[in-house]
Amino acid sequence: MATILVFVDHDGDAFAPNSLGALRKASTLGGETVAFVAGSGLDDGWAAALGEHGADRVLVADDPVLADGLPQPVVDALEPHAREATVVLFGAGVATADVAAGLAARLGAGINCETTELSLGEAGVVAVRPALGDTVMVESTFASAPAIVLARANAFSAEGSGSAAPVERVPVTVQEWSRGATLVGREEAETGGVDITAADVLVAFGRGLGGPENIPVVEQLARALGGEVAATRAVVDSGWCSYSMQVGQTGKTVSPKLYVACGISGAIQHKVGMVNSGLIVAINKDVNAPIFEFADLGVVGDLLAVLPKLTEALAAR
Amino acid sequence: MNIAVCVKEVPSATSHKRLDPATNRLDRSGDSELNPFDVHGLEEALRIRESGEQVDEIVAVCMGPERAQRPLQKALALGADRAVLLTDEALAGSDISGTAYALATVLEKQNADLVILGQQAADADCYVMAAAVADHLRRPLVTQVAHLEVSGGKLRAKRQTEHGYDVVEAPLPAVISVSDAINTARLPSIKAIMGAKKKPTELLSAADAGLDTSRVGSAGARSVVAGTSPPPAKDAGRRIEDSGGDSAPAIVEFLAERGVI
Repeated sequence: MATILVFVDHDGDAFAPNSLGALRKASTLGGETVAFVAGSGLDDGWAAALGEHGADRVLVADDPVLADGLPQPVVDALEPHAREATVVLFGAGVATADVAAGLAARLGAGINCETTELSLGEAGVVAVRPALGDTVMVESTFASAPAIVLARANAFSAEGSGSAAPVERVPVTVQEWSRGATLVGREEAETGGVDITAADVLVAFGRGLGGPENIPVVEQLARALGGEVAATRAVVDSGWCSYSMQVGQTGKTVSPKLYVACGISGAIQHKVGMVNSGLIVAINKDVNAPIFEFADLGVVGDLLAVLPKLTEALAAR
Repeated sequence: MNIAVCVKEVPSATSHKRLDPATNRLDRSGDSELNPFDVHGLEEALRIRESGEQVDEIVAVCMGPERAQRPLQKALALGADRAVLLTDEALAGSDISGTAYALATVLEKQNADLVILGQQAADADCYVMAAAVADHLRRPLVTQVAHLEVSGGKLRAKRQTEHGYDVVEAPLPAVISVSDAINTARLPSIKAIMGAKKKPTELLSAADAGLDTSRVGSAGARSVVAGTSPPPAKDAGRRIEDSGGDSAPAIVEFLAERGVI
């Protein structure tokens, strides 16, 4: 029987939602679903709960070297189990992608990124991803065992039920060079502030806005629309605004009734966080911006000209 | 120290991207450019040099068709001291695994203390090459770095994950990928563009690089494109060309029509 090994990422006690989606997807493929969780001081009862998300059994790699969640020691811990698997499936995530890629290199295995559909059949493992700005769906098979499959963010729903699964603690051997990188600090995602996931209207901005000095123009439009302000990873990384406002793969997933994207190119990492919005209006001066491919209304123009006029026109209604 | 920056030739942002129906590979016959994400890697290498750290050499390393020499010229204009282009028919159709193996094999001989990659390639939307290369080289890895300090034989990097920001330290030699927010790249001066023509570009074949050709190219690919299909249908959106804010009434009308205001 096929074995689908699913790497389950977690932040403290909280399993990563994208990992749970991957686990649920794995459980529908007709093989044995094995969850793999790595960390330090892990609780067996907590790990067993992965059965409720589709795991038939759970492998626990518990060692101080795995405490920080850095990817390279995880590759070492995962490798012997991956060699036994038909598929190793990963939910989307920054560290998760690092583990998937490191493992693929280690095993010389094929890897499919941005996967939105996965099946096991006569052709073996078949993974589907949207490509070239989501203009084509590409179906891939694998000439390696295992197949390494990395899902797109929010590709698979975690909905479903199950019961606690048996837990097995596995030995951990980590190579010296894998310990080179060390975590020396963590700035937790800010909590508090406005919950952008609850807003009916979001006006979001990217680096196309030019600079943080122009943020008031966005705030004024958000106010005129009765909405909140959101942002891309790039402007948060650049320090223009707070992480709590970020939409996208490493930020929040939102689906407001109206999403106004200002100076946002529409890179996939952003798209996965907002594509299910009711109505998407994009304003960007770059006519080739990918966001125009999935916006309901695309306005090609200068933000600093359009936004104030739009705010004015809304106020005049 | 020496820095290697991996760069890729990608179809230009203005070109129509398609798969060649005969090969299911990306059609690379149109205009191409230096992967915009890699420009941040080159800029960061320059900034390390300008920070006072002794950087003896910045080498741009590329795998691609021979015409990738053109985007490599841009890499040289942006500050690389020399370039290496791994180019061979045997490499055409390489998948992620094959590409990572080939790049790592070339990088191994570049004697680089720091290997920098862009966060992703604009044509493939994958962000996995750095981690795969690091595993081949058996070196510490930090991906998607948004802030970087390099000194005293080690690096300190801050990067965003789903849980917040991690600050990671690693000894050199190491491999990193940089976020496109790490810096704003400067434009090359005319002098730098002219000067780039005098900088050396070394062309390597698969044999020159000592590659096992069974691991690269279409034949060595472990992930094989089996077919393509159109994406789920979606209504084409409406498009307005604005001039000086004159689209505001049309936007308001659209929002009212769709019942969101």
